[in-house]
Amino acid sequence: MRILLVEDDQTVRTFIAKGLSEAGHLVEQAENGKEGLALATNEKFDVVILDRMLPGGVDGIHILETLRGQGNVTPVLLLSALADVDEKVAGLKAGGDDYVTKPFSFSELQARIEALVRRNRNEAQPQTRLMVGDLEIDLLARGVKRAGQKIDLQPREFRLLEFLMRHAGQVVTRTMLLEGVWDYHFDPQTNVIDVHVSRLRQKIDKPFGRPLVHTIRNAGYMLQE
Amino acid sequence: MSLPDASAPVSPSPGFFNLRSVSLRFALVYGSLFICSTVLFFSFIWWGTAGLLEHRVELAISADSRALFNVWEESGPPGLTMMIDDRLEQDVDDNTLYLLVNKDGKWIAGNLAEWPRQITRNHHWFNLPVQRAYTQDLAKVRAYGLPDGYRLLIGRDISGRTLLRKMLTDTLLWAWIMIALLAIGGGWLVRRLFQHVIHTISRTTLAITHGDMSQRMPVHGTDDELDAVSKAINEMLDRISRLMDGVRQVSNAIAHDMRTPVTRARAQLEYAALHAKGEAALRAAIEQAVGNLDNVTAICEALLRIAQIESGARRSAFVLFDLIPALQDVCELYEAVAEEHGLTFTQSLPASLPFFGDRAMFQQAVANLLDNAIKFSPPRGTVTLSAEIVTLEPPLDGRSRLLRLSVADEGIGMNDADMARATERFFRAEQARSTPGSGLGLALVQAIVQLHEGQLQLAPNTPGLITCLEVPLPDEENFPTEVIA
Ligand SMILES: Nc1ncnc2c1ncn2[C@@H]1O[C@H](COP(=O)(O)OP(=O)(O)OP(=O)(O)O)[C@@H](O)[C@H]1O
Ligand SMILES: [Mg+2]
Repeated sequence: MRILLVEDDQTVRTFIAKGLSEAGHLVEQAENGKEGLALATNEKFDVVILDRMLPGGVDGIHILETLRGQGNVTPVLLLSALADVDEKVAGLKAGGDDYVTKPFSFSELQARIEALVRRNRNEAQPQTRLMVGDLEIDLLARGVKRAGQKIDLQPREFRLLEFLMRHAGQVVTRTMLLEGVWDYHFDPQTNVIDVHVSRLRQKIDKPFGRPLVHTIRNAGYMLQE
Repeated sequence: MSLPDASAPVSPSPGFFNLRSVSLRFALVYGSLFICSTVLFFSFIWWGTAGLLEHRVELAISADSRALFNVWEESGPPGLTMMIDDRLEQDVDDNTLYLLVNKDGKWIAGNLAEWPRQITRNHHWFNLPVQRAYTQDLAKVRAYGLPDGYRLLIGRDISGRTLLRKMLTDTLLWAWIMIALLAIGGGWLVRRLFQHVIHTISRTTLAITHGDMSQRMPVHGTDDELDAVSKAINEMLDRISRLMDGVRQVSNAIAHDMRTPVTRARAQLEYAALHAKGEAALRAAIEQAVGNLDNVTAICEALLRIAQIESGARRSAFVLFDLIPALQDVCELYEAVAEEHGLTFTQSLPASLPFFGDRAMFQQAVANLLDNAIKFSPPRGTVTLSAEIVTLEPPLDGRSRLLRLSVADEGIGMNDADMARATERFFRAEQARSTPGSGLGLALVQAIVQLHEGQLQLAPNTPGLITCLEVPLPDEENFPTEVIA
């Protein structure tokens, strides 16, 4: 993937760029808004990572608005030290696709970038059924089957599984689950997500021997064959 | 008489005639107003009495003259002479004056011997001194010209009335002088009172600006405006010192509680750098240090959040919504956690509960309470979430309905002293030190509840703790029906 990274802090920029390159992406770096805007408008990227506050007059929101004004729909992930809910809303309103507050863990950022790109591809064809290995869910009938055997799930468990299936093969962080499945935008203090995932595992993994839901250390979960 | 300076008798003090002094202006305005109003008032009295008396005498003379003219027209000088004689005869009090003379000034009729020299003009009022028996009297007279050079003088004795008028004028004048003195004294008093009040306020506020926050305005318990001002100032001071305490508390807390994870992280990293054997040990140390730093971030975020909520800025995000689904979402999230801890989770909620507030925040508050209940309960206890609408009779502060939401657990509970401090930032009871947490959960709940104009209360449950939120609800008629439905 070709990724544009606009971030003024040298340490943070190198940290992200190195990580993403190691993950096999091609990273273009810009250290100020002007440079970033020029790159973003003239070249084609799969994802743009934008720091919200940049020196030199052209800040992240400004770049974002300019891009969207030109009809550019490249997924944009905003980085910001402003954790405020209102700031988040403002960022998303300006056309951002996701918002990560500083400080963040690299795995969180990476998971979100991959989710963004995936979402962008998936939006093309709406799906009615999802399959991973021998696990199959029917989004219309709300039915779940593994190895031909019907599994009963609570509505929320179904949504959790659906989310994991949609991001199959990808790391999904706890915050992403909290936001995507529960629509919560606050810190639940305890590891509530772990408890719910472990319940889901009881139903879809335990009776079948071979686990599909994997725990990724220091990052989150991944549904994979 | 010119207006006396209302401030004149006040003992001299520095800057006394400084017109920028509010108290002096106040006193001057008071004095001038007082004096002007008495001048007006007394003039009115004077006109209403003395002035009126005089006017009536003039009216009587004019009426008399018209009657005598008629007689003259009907029967000439002889008739008029007879008429005058008649009138004088009937006048027992002897307070009328008549004189009719011919064109040579010769006496024809009347009780005056000759035409007085002062009376030179006709149709003009004169005050004429008259010698009567042994007294010198005063009469009001008017001369009228008649055909053929005859002249008629008509008058009334006004010495009694003059006396009355003089008395009245004197009395009013004296009264006015006394009132003016009172005005001056009053002005002085007003000024002193005013100065007193202002000085108390400025002394107190000055002491406070110099750092003595313990100072308060004296309240005399008289429930007057001054007390109201004092109370308002005191309330303001209370709030300021609460805020300052908060700031102090937070900065102390930052100094202590944030240092802990930072110190740990630092120690772990330094130790690893010096002593770690092999990559695995290094990685483990770094991971732990990152965990501790994440903890610092979480604390910062929570503190910021509390501060932001306390500033009241989030009230703009208030909406009407049904609280029940929102609560059920939170319950659903925590029910699994409770079960995991071997706890029974029960809830008693009404079918619907229209609520006005910030949905996400309120969920967060309830989540924090559930989190505590689960965290501080040993296995096999029960955690209960209940919500109900309480109708207040009579209404309190114009609110007649309250939401009472409580979370009860059967855990370790708290003693009274700890309960009183539970909502302080970073407060954690002694028994809680071994559980994870930073002591900001209840502080955040408190801030959220206060944003919704409600209260947070802690009460013992035997065993365990009940945390209870009471939040006023808007009146039923204000709800759009679709929210209730
Ligand atoms: N349900 C409860 N039972 C017993 N003690 C409690 C309960 N709730 C709160 N406390 C006490 O009040 C203290 C403050 O609670 P608070 O929620 O603010 O902090 P915390 O839970 O320790 O940390 P955090 O919520 O930040 O993770 C707790 O440390 C604990 O001592
Ligand atoms: Mg807590």
